Amino acid sequence: MSEIELLDHPSQEIEEINEEELSYWKDAWLRLYANRPALSGLIILTFLALCAMIIPWLSGYTYYETHLELKNSPPSSTFWFGTDELGRDLFTRIWWGARISLFVGVTAALIDMVIGVFYGASAGFIGGKVDDVMMRFSDVLHSLPYLLIVILLMMIMRPGVATILIALTITGWINMARIVRGQILQIKQNDYVAAAWMLGASRWRILLRHLIPNAIGSIITTMTLTIPAAIFAEAFLSFLGLGIQAPIASWGTMASDGLPALRYYPWRLFFPAGFISITMFALNLLGDGLRDAFDPRLRI
Amino acid sequence: MKHASKNTLLEVENLHTSFSTLSKRVAAVRGVSFHLKKGETLGIVGESGSGKSAMAKSLTRLLPPVSARIDQGKVYYKGEDLLLKKEKELCKIRGKEIGMIFQDPMASLNPTMRIGEQIIEGYALHYGATSKNERKQRALDLLKQVGISEPASRFKQYPHELSGGMRQRVMIAIAMISSPSILIADEPTTSLDVTIQTQILELLKEIQQKEGMSIILITHDFSIVAGFCDRIIVMYAGEIVESATVEELFSSPKHPYTKRLLQSIPRLDAPFSQKLYSIEGSAPDLSKEIKGCPFAKRCPYAIDSCYDQRPKSYSISKSHYAACSLFDPHLKKEREKEKECLTPF
Repeated sequence: MSEIELLDHPSQEIEEINEEELSYWKDAWLRLYANRPALSGLIILTFLALCAMIIPWLSGYTYYETHLELKNSPPSSTFWFGTDELGRDLFTRIWWGARISLFVGVTAALIDMVIGVFYGASAGFIGGKVDDVMMRFSDVLHSLPYLLIVILLMMIMRPGVATILIALTITGWINMARIVRGQILQIKQNDYVAAAWMLGASRWRILLRHLIPNAIGSIITTMTLTIPAAIFAEAFLSFLGLGIQAPIASWGTMASDGLPALRYYPWRLFFPAGFISITMFALNLLGDGLRDAFDPRLRI
Repeated sequence: MKHASKNTLLEVENLHTSFSTLSKRVAAVRGVSFHLKKGETLGIVGESGSGKSAMAKSLTRLLPPVSARIDQGKVYYKGEDLLLKKEKELCKIRGKEIGMIFQDPMASLNPTMRIGEQIIEGYALHYGATSKNERKQRALDLLKQVGISEPASRFKQYPHELSGGMRQRVMIAIAMISSPSILIADEPTTSLDVTIQTQILELLKEIQQKEGMSIILITHDFSIVAGFCDRIIVMYAGEIVESATVEELFSSPKHPYTKRLLQSIPRLDAPFSQKLYSIEGSAPDLSKEIKGCPFAKRCPYAIDSCYDQRPKSYSISKSHYAACSLFDPHLKKEREKEKECLTPF
């Protein structure tokens, strides 16, 4: 008789499989939710966006209404953020500006992303001569002086949001395309891509299911950096006269208007600059969190 | 087609594959011909850079499209030439008829996809008519079959949550889900430690017996081949230098290269002071054209004609072939003249 007693084998039955399965997106959302800094970034951005939608209707002032006798007045109970050199209420103008700036920033980044990812992924995936031609074309486009393109655009288009978006994205996507191409070139060397080919997967499937998801980290990081850049670029273009025309304002134009008055009426710069900073901060937190959320390897 | 018979599943004829860089063209596979029978396990042995992997990838045209090119040759699978097929037709053969396991299990699973999705992926592609639950059930059965405990919870995990051995098991499950008739295993155990190695090989053997598939095992490790394969092909510099059954190859290797290769395996019973044998010289540069026998420079029996005439494949027995002019009866006299002292056999 042996003294050793065999323990019961753990049940080899296949476990219950009806448990709810998390989709890729739901899973990513849960991971984002668990990431406090990223969540606060998201909350700040949502708050800013909601305010931009609602406050202009509630503030009691309009962005063009002047109070010449009260120009450059400091923040007070009547004008929460003070007034500018024409006595316009800065609080109202900030939230009007938020509409323009956020819209331009996000839309430009999205357009850049769509074009850049499509272009870069195609170039990297197909490779060879096609890749060479595509990337050299983008190099040529990139090497054209930006100001020249903008001035040419000014000749043929009226100033406005659409013109700004075109000016921002006409070369803006190249950066994204280069990054995505580099990533795809690297990722397609991986054995798991060869394994997917070996399963009989089609080109589209490889591209959409195996290559781009693995590049999503860089795509999102690049995108979050594009948004603040677009907000600044919009200010620059408006300054040149291509973008938003007075009396309507964006954060960028308000900041550049406020800069000369910094010494005497600092609030005219501080408020728009402060909002740009908060937005960028929130975007960076969110972008970081999104990258982590979409990449299972970086799971917390 | 000297080997052709009813049982032949795969027949490769005079396959040439080369890789090009900006400055040169490297001929990685230089005229390889072999055949694979139903249910057979074929081992392909060779040192690094001997063209084993390039050859295996050429079979299903899995090589990078820009740099690699299959220059000529024929790959008959069930009588049809795979090299002439369109990409779309090949998609139906890859995975379903011919499966493949890769060398590095750490790199051969997509890090952004769950294990379950990856296993099902191939099955869904080839058996689109099955329901989601059916596929899942099959994947779970298979995970269990390849020896993964708690398949249901593994099913939902990501590759980075699994160990190397488990990932290789998952890879096997992925390759097996559509029950291919040929499984190409490209150094499936190289990056695993010895105990896991044995387990994986046993698992492959077990599955093979159950499913009756053929396996092409690519490795540089003779010890794996010895216990696992029926027949062995030895490759050197992109050519097949010898092919034989396991017994023939280990008991009486014929090609000088094979002999030296076998001699350089460390032995436990060798005296402690004895130095490990190694073949002098190094493998030839494949970017230059090799006229004669690629091993001639390192071969002590080489005669003048070895350098400029490519040796034919000589039959030693029904199943044993060696590509070496030592077995050419016409060259016997010449050989005796040049190298009187050296008579290897």
